[in-house]
Amino acid sequence: MNTPPSAMALVLFGSLLGSVGAAFLKAGAVALTRHWTSLAYNWKLLVGVFMYLISSVFFIMGIARGELSVLYPMVSLGYICTLAWSRIFFHEKITSTKLAGVGLILVGIVMMNLGSR
Amino acid sequence: MTSVTTLTPPPAAEIDLAKRKRHSLIIVLCCTVIGAAAQVLLKFGAGHLSHPSLWQAAIGILTNPYLFLGYACYGIFAALLVIALRHGELSLLYPVIALNYAWVSILSVVIFHEHMNPLKIAGVSVIIIGVAVLGRGGSK
Repeated sequence: MNTPPSAMALVLFGSLLGSVGAAFLKAGAVALTRHWTSLAYNWKLLVGVFMYLISSVFFIMGIARGELSVLYPMVSLGYICTLAWSRIFFHEKITSTKLAGVGLILVGIVMMNLGSR
Repeated sequence: MTSVTTLTPPPAAEIDLAKRKRHSLIIVLCCTVIGAAAQVLLKFGAGHLSHPSLWQAAIGILTNPYLFLGYACYGIFAALLVIALRHGELSLLYPVIALNYAWVSILSVVIFHEHMNPLKIAGVSVIIIGVAVLGRGGSK
């Protein structure tokens, strides 16, 4: 089974959407207080959940069209984007420990998928 | 002088922040277990539907207990993730969710008797080590 560029584009777009969704969830979570209106009027949480759902649709569409072992490493785009959003929007520190942890996780994902071929 | 500064306890606010960060990490670890349970339940439930239409799938979510529980688990997963993100760092917690893959592949062997080869075992181990590295770095 070959993996066409369209399948790669779908998965890449899906992971990008997922990372943006996670950033919205974080922004919405920070805005939460003990008052119920902070949840009821929290459009950021809603956008976050919605983007997560949409990203899974793109993901499934992409995976149905290509090889999982080629497509799964592309999830890494999502992780790297999330690190970027964390730094840009939430001013989190991207330490070498974090980069090492993410690197190991990505290597693990690739190995797992090579193993399931 | 340096010994004096290291002996000075950190301010209470800082201890509180570190505690909250650790709690966030523990919540997300629970999240990954619930997320894995959701995937296994969905796999169980999806086995009952063969090539469903969008409509049949939608009805299945409401009538099939496995699918219903699976999606309920996803709901709990999302709620817990938001609670964790209130005080936790996104750059730390988001990659930890990858632990999901590890639990699912272990559960697949236990429940569905799927084949596990050395490369898969190594992959799962490397993911767990990566999460451990993040956990250590994050609590500092």
